Amino acid sequence: MAMISGDNHGLRLAVRYTVLALIALIFIFPLVFMVMSSFKPDQQLLVDASSLRAFLPVGDISLNNYSAAFERAPVGLFVFNSVLVTGVTVALSLLICSAAGFAFVFINWKGRGVILSVLLATLIVPFETIAIPMLLMVSKLPWLGMEGLTWGWLNSYHVQIIPFIADGLTIFLFVQYFKDLPGELIEAARVEGASWFQIYRRIVMPLSGPILATAAILKFLAMYNQYLWPLMVTQEEGYRPVMVGLQYFFQLNIAWGEVMAYLSLITLPVLGFYLYLQKAFIASIASTGVKG
Amino acid sequence: MASKFTRSNGTGWLMAGPAVTLIAAFVIFPFFFAIALSFTNQRLISPNPTEFTGLANYRQLLGLSMLTLDPVRDDAGAVVMKDGAAQYPALRSFTRKNPKYPQLDGMREWFAFDTPFGGDARTFILARDVVFMIAIMNTVLFVLVVAPVQAGLALGLALLINQRLRGINVFRAIYFMPVVVSIVVVSLLWKLIYDGSSGLLNSLLSSISFGLIPPVEWLGDPSTALGAIIAMSIWQAVGFHMVIWLSGLQTISPTLYEAAAIEGASKWQVFRFITWPGLRNTAVLILIVITMQAFGLFAQIDVMTNGGPLDSTQTIVFQAIDRGYGKQDISGASAISVILFVIVLTISLFQRWLTREKT
Repeated sequence: MAMISGDNHGLRLAVRYTVLALIALIFIFPLVFMVMSSFKPDQQLLVDASSLRAFLPVGDISLNNYSAAFERAPVGLFVFNSVLVTGVTVALSLLICSAAGFAFVFINWKGRGVILSVLLATLIVPFETIAIPMLLMVSKLPWLGMEGLTWGWLNSYHVQIIPFIADGLTIFLFVQYFKDLPGELIEAARVEGASWFQIYRRIVMPLSGPILATAAILKFLAMYNQYLWPLMVTQEEGYRPVMVGLQYFFQLNIAWGEVMAYLSLITLPVLGFYLYLQKAFIASIASTGVKG
Repeated sequence: MASKFTRSNGTGWLMAGPAVTLIAAFVIFPFFFAIALSFTNQRLISPNPTEFTGLANYRQLLGLSMLTLDPVRDDAGAVVMKDGAAQYPALRSFTRKNPKYPQLDGMREWFAFDTPFGGDARTFILARDVVFMIAIMNTVLFVLVVAPVQAGLALGLALLINQRLRGINVFRAIYFMPVVVSIVVVSLLWKLIYDGSSGLLNSLLSSISFGLIPPVEWLGDPSTALGAIIAMSIWQAVGFHMVIWLSGLQTISPTLYEAAAIEGASKWQVFRFITWPGLRNTAVLILIVITMQAFGLFAQIDVMTNGGPLDSTQTIVFQAIDRGYGKQDISGASAISVILFVIVLTISLFQRWLTREKT
């Protein structure tokens, strides 16, 4: 590169940045369109869509669509449900999958090899192929709750949480990470008389920041964006998450302004979170591809 | 770590137990349950007891037959023509309780073609479930387009992003952005972009072509609907695979590139002999992951088209959910799930075999 003359270098640089920026436009324009449209009345939104005004906050700008969206659907309830289901699942998943990864890597117990291979084999089962039998299954499972023993898990929070706590990918990620930790450290702690629980809590978990972040981000994205399963198991409004709540806006004459307001409302916090932790998000996706 | 200090059956089971139990209950059991249910007539809610029905569900879904017919001739022996096309005996007379063709009963025409070397004869392919056949073809088409195009574009983006430029991380962050947005949100957003009368896409095409390209009802036209969904799906997911390619690219040792620069290798030679061989494992992984994801095509269809227009966007999973949940036909949906799993497994094994290390 250093051999290239100044002018030529500047031109090439400009071409590169232009190409990069044009591609960036392709990825960003629908999202800009979404946010800008959310401030416009339906009539203007549809007219603007045929010009560059679609990407500008011009004309009759207001937050009316947002208040209308809140009137049409219990948006606050949906957001609460999503945050609750996603938060609890992520927390339990980190705890249970890291414990399992710990057991598979550090503890020598009977059957661990076979069981680990079976768990990893489940990675080739797409969720879509087990969704329907699982629907039948959860509709018949017992649950011990506040009202005593009840049958059927449909229309509840636990039906959206429990099936997704443990999964092969999360355990696989923990296993890969733990394998790279110094095993001598754990063995030395055992010789010193530390209990397994102490080793897990005091030695391994403090060293696991990066993998906990990775697993949390992947689980968060999968859970928050889930659609098929909550669509089937929450016929009652009270337990619906935000993605299923979208259906309130699917009417025959779609009020696009309200739709855009709702979409912005459920998407922008995640996008903000992503931009803030951008490196961690990208690293988490990258780690699913390493050692494949 | 096989020392006696690390041996502990009790603790091992205790710590792995919860995860193992959950996966056994919510992945492994439903998987075998699906296989078992597919041989029954189970419904979601039914007053009748469940019965074992053998292969009935599979026969209903996959039943195919072929029928070769000669055209109708008049008394003089000439082919009867109508609107410029030869007339053939009505298929209904064969598929509606015809005692001579009991195996065709209840079937419908899927497609037909002129019998090769058969003179005027025409061959009709009949299916017991035409919509499911269309769903399989659509899904396979979706996968066949999405897998190579998405993997290729993602690799292109990864190579583009893998250069040392000031601010390159900003572009990487933008390209990746659609991945964190739910596919349901993306689908609804693009539904408006694809709209025939007030969609952004039509106005963009019209303005860059100075009005030469007429507006298209992208999701309302059977010839463009699946293509529109394919393009949007690639737009949403390509950043995901870009990042995986990128992590593959970064495992290639820089000394190889330095050596190539000293040898005076061209850009193409560097890609062909250093980059591409270094990405072999990544390529296998990406192809398998995209294929698995693509076969699960559902949310886009549910939000944008509901399988229409004219079944042009029916897919295997959409059919499974439509039956299992919409029509409460659990056993039929389970049979579809099993068929889907067999297809996915076969293709990933085939891909693995195609991309195996040649020794």
